[in-house]
Amino acid sequence: MRAGRYDAIVMAASSGGIDALRIVLGALDARLRAPVLIVQHTASENGHALCELFAAASVIPVIEAEPRQPIVGGCAYLAPPGYHLLVEAGPRAALSVDDKVCHVRPSADVLFESAADVWRSALIGVVLTGANDDGAAGMLAIRSRKGLGIVQLPDEAEMREMPEAALRLAGADHVLRLAAIGPLLNQLCG
Amino acid sequence: MHTSDRHDIEIDLFRRALMLRHGYDFTGYAPASFKRRVLALQAAVQAPTVSRLTERLLHEDGFVRTVIGRLSVPVSEMFRDPSVFRALREDVMPVLATWPQINIWQAGCAHGEEVYSLAIVLRECGLYERAHIFATDFSEEALARAEEGIYPLHEARAYSDNYLRAGGTGSLSDWYVARYNRIKLDESLRKRVTFARHNLVSDGVFGEMQLIVCRNVLIYFGDDLQERALGLFRDSLVHGGFLCLGNRESLAYSAMADDFERLSEETAIYRRGIRARRTI
Repeated sequence: MRAGRYDAIVMAASSGGIDALRIVLGALDARLRAPVLIVQHTASENGHALCELFAAASVIPVIEAEPRQPIVGGCAYLAPPGYHLLVEAGPRAALSVDDKVCHVRPSADVLFESAADVWRSALIGVVLTGANDDGAAGMLAIRSRKGLGIVQLPDEAEMREMPEAALRLAGADHVLRLAAIGPLLNQLCG
Repeated sequence: MHTSDRHDIEIDLFRRALMLRHGYDFTGYAPASFKRRVLALQAAVQAPTVSRLTERLLHEDGFVRTVIGRLSVPVSEMFRDPSVFRALREDVMPVLATWPQINIWQAGCAHGEEVYSLAIVLRECGLYERAHIFATDFSEEALARAEEGIYPLHEARAYSDNYLRAGGTGSLSDWYVARYNRIKLDESLRKRVTFARHNLVSDGVFGEMQLIVCRNVLIYFGDDLQERALGLFRDSLVHGGFLCLGNRESLAYSAMADDFERLSEETAIYRRGIRARRTI
């Protein structure tokens, strides 16, 4: 595990995720080279407000992903409510309103699988708190491509189902408390 | 080789078979979402591999209809994104009312939910009799469904909710009858609608339009194909005509941006600039 091997980070959170993401994003360094792509399941239609909430906790900018937008390092992109976020070669962002996956849209599986196709072994996947199993298949796609898997310690998660589902299906390279995730990402992508 | 890389090869061959055998060109589609759709199609018809889909496409008459039905734009809902239909009602309809005839093109109409929504807005604004809606899709299966105007009853409550939030002046139930587990939209809403096959990939301009609605279609296109479609829309619109895109779609990354003015930040409704030059 040497620094600089990883080019991008994808993160998934559901129930309890807003607080969890604020902690992880809040620990990220302004010198982070990698982009961060995020799926947070939410009932709200206001992705902009969610971005503001995350941006207030973080030194890196957090914006809603737009179709065709070039994805650049040191910036966090949030999947807009109601849309799947995918990664195309470039790398650039793409959106879709295709069927829900794991009963949700945006789905972390959709993001993780498309990101794994683009970044392959240079991708880090992070699965945080949540009450469903979205992100598990995506984590498997990342780890089967020799990318790195980080899962929140289920005992610490507000909802343990999502981290547990990821661990059950895909396993992980690191099972960590929230406070340790940001510093590790800084180290791997600094 | 990783399974996903093998899928890429299989999907490439599948796409070629669709093109060579049936004339449908998907090369301009954004690859990531296209891949997901093909894999979803594979799951839906329970094919063991994508290659099996290709084989059926080559040898089995009629299978292409299923394939195109699955690969075309996804199902929508009536009055989806109510704020957009509210903007159409409040900001666009009053301008449309100044034209003696109102041609509307809904490109990528899928199962028709938004066609009937538009027809209802036109009726409630008293413009329906001089309007003509051209509802197009490249999928025959989708067009057949759209023409029926039949939707699941369990959607009716969400549709009604959308309708009211979109500024509907009556009750959505005025416009449908519920029977068994379905709702059927009033036949009269179809009177001024022409359902027709049109493929944004390969077909051209077919008329002069005052309003074009094309929502959540361009997000599935690559750059060149998006530019082609936007070019068709620009060339179809009268000066001052309106283009309504999906909420997350914009002309931000398009060379066509100068030909349009955006009405507001909240919705992706554009107006073909009166001052804008027509580029040749």
